[in-house]
Amino acid sequence: MLEKALDGGRGYWAWVCTLLALIGLGFVAYLHQFNNGLTVTGLSRDVPWGFYIAQFTFLVGVAASAVVLVLPYYLHDFKAFGKLVVLGEFLAISAVIMCMLFIFVDMGQPMRVVNVILFPTPHSLMFWDMTVLCGYLVLNVLISRVTFRAEIQELPPRPWIRPIIILSVPWAVSIHTVTAFLYSGLAARPFWESAVLAPRFLASAFSAGPAILIMLALLLARITAFDVGDKALHRLSTIMLYAMLANLFFVAMEFFTVFYSSIPEHTHHFRYLFSGLEGAHRLVPWMWFSLILGTGCAIGLLVPRLRHQRSSLAFLSAGIVLAIWIDKGLGMVVGGFVPSPLGAVTEYWPTLPEVGISTGIYAIGALILTGLYKIALSERAVI
Amino acid sequence: MNKSRRDFLKKAGMTLLGASGARFVILGIADAEHLPDSGGSGVRRRWAIAIDTEKCASQGDCTACIDACNAEHNIPRIDNPEEEIKWIWKERAKAVFPHQLGNDSPRTLRDREIPVLCNHCENPPCVRVCPTQATWKRDDGIVMMDQHRCIGCRYCIVGCPYGARSFNFRDPRRAIDKLRSDYPTRTRGVVEKCTLCAERLAIGAQPACVEACEATCGAMVFGDLANPDSAIGRLVRTTLTMRRKPELGTEPKVHYKL
Ligand code: SF4
Ligand code: SF4
Repeated sequence: MLEKALDGGRGYWAWVCTLLALIGLGFVAYLHQFNNGLTVTGLSRDVPWGFYIAQFTFLVGVAASAVVLVLPYYLHDFKAFGKLVVLGEFLAISAVIMCMLFIFVDMGQPMRVVNVILFPTPHSLMFWDMTVLCGYLVLNVLISRVTFRAEIQELPPRPWIRPIIILSVPWAVSIHTVTAFLYSGLAARPFWESAVLAPRFLASAFSAGPAILIMLALLLARITAFDVGDKALHRLSTIMLYAMLANLFFVAMEFFTVFYSSIPEHTHHFRYLFSGLEGAHRLVPWMWFSLILGTGCAIGLLVPRLRHQRSSLAFLSAGIVLAIWIDKGLGMVVGGFVPSPLGAVTEYWPTLPEVGISTGIYAIGALILTGLYKIALSERAVI
Repeated sequence: MNKSRRDFLKKAGMTLLGASGARFVILGIADAEHLPDSGGSGVRRRWAIAIDTEKCASQGDCTACIDACNAEHNIPRIDNPEEEIKWIWKERAKAVFPHQLGNDSPRTLRDREIPVLCNHCENPPCVRVCPTQATWKRDDGIVMMDQHRCIGCRYCIVGCPYGARSFNFRDPRRAIDKLRSDYPTRTRGVVEKCTLCAERLAIGAQPACVEACEATCGAMVFGDLANPDSAIGRLVRTTLTMRRKPELGTEPKVHYKL
């Protein structure tokens, strides 16, 4: 089956080579970081987590979002997702691997990362996050393998896989919930100390995830003979829309609670993000852009015609992904650190090595996804 | 944190000091049972520090405690404030006690520069979040670090509500003014913070900052809070002292008299 990933046309190889080049660049950037320490990043005493952890958080959401296909297909027998489910699981596999890589490159002592396993510490949420992520990877590899094999052999999947598939549903929810708990359980950082953080993470994930899947499906329909069909696209776009509305609703809840109660520790972080604090306002344009873009795309998606037409759907999906990526991949993590516990305002911006390493990791994810999709489509004989 | 490892570290520390830290032994206080203000048998010790900020401020820009700590622990001098390593340093009182000091509080009080350090919280969030137990709380309440186990994830920095922890963004060994061979240096990529001079306590000495302060104005009192008859026990029980962000439930053990 795997050999199918190695047999492709010119365009395919050009794409693979581009990814390999980016991975190579990322690797060189990582060597630079490995040899010099995290001083090559934009991180500081006051902002100890930045771009890497933010990408990790965003990607956990992407990984979890496979559930929006698995749940309707397996539990509600929504047949139109039949061809898509395995693509969602492949996306989850590639996203989880990227998550692990982002955690790895964030470590100050990467060679000691096994200490997390050697000294398991149940009172640390990081231990649980690692556990649920590894479990989720195993689940998705197993499920996609077994169900895809069965599909190719035109046999019904083995019955024992069904309970495992059902288990993967709450498991997907758990990975993003535990990731939210990494943040929301900290008395030190009032910005994240909100019970709505986990629901908000899930809502934004269930919007960005389907948006990415829609874009992938539309792309595949253009460059291959594989078409998921309008029915599946319509359902996905509806899920994306309502999840985005829920996300925006949660954001509004945060705004109300924070600004009406007016507790300075809480308002400071929001003010930093949306209007600037003590002359520091690097993220302000980004946050407004994200909020306006996200709201605009949600409104656009409410219009049935725009939602159903493939060109406008592609456009709106891209907008949703970008809006959520800025919110989670830039604002959410950094906003929690400004101001610091001692009231200092230290801004953060990723450096070139950080961006290079992150691009490399995204390229690894894209390569894994390309290979897996290639196998899936070749086996189904649509390319 | 299991006992045997703690014991091992203690012994390792003792051996280290036994070999090269002879100056304390000469003072004749090497017996760990005769620690200052020890709480007597059966009572769990709670080492704590009280700082009289008015006395401290009377010394102007005095940095005796900071210098002593830096020299004692091979703290690198890194001029970039974004990457500096500090175990004890001074902050404006208004930033340390943002809730207690308002804009109308006496200016001398608000702008007073006061020493801050790890509070050795009774209920330390840094210990709760650490995924490897590289930071843990000892029976005597000291929150310790094992830099050989730390993976540099910095979750403890994120979890500490007091900004008490520093991360080695670069190799610290190149930035040490005067290397002391009887105290370990750290490596790049790990977190560090005040240890309340556990290695000195083990041989019956006071923390370096307290000792240095005693030689100037004596604004710092160190001892066992669990012992009501200790100097610090009496002080905290008879005077109004404040702790940083007590509302978070971390139960800091550094007390301030403003
Ligand atoms: S002050 Fe910070 S580093 Fe020290 S024990 Fe408390 S939480 Fe941990
Ligand atoms: S940086 Fe080190 S001490 Fe801090 S939480 Fe991570 S492993 Fe623990």
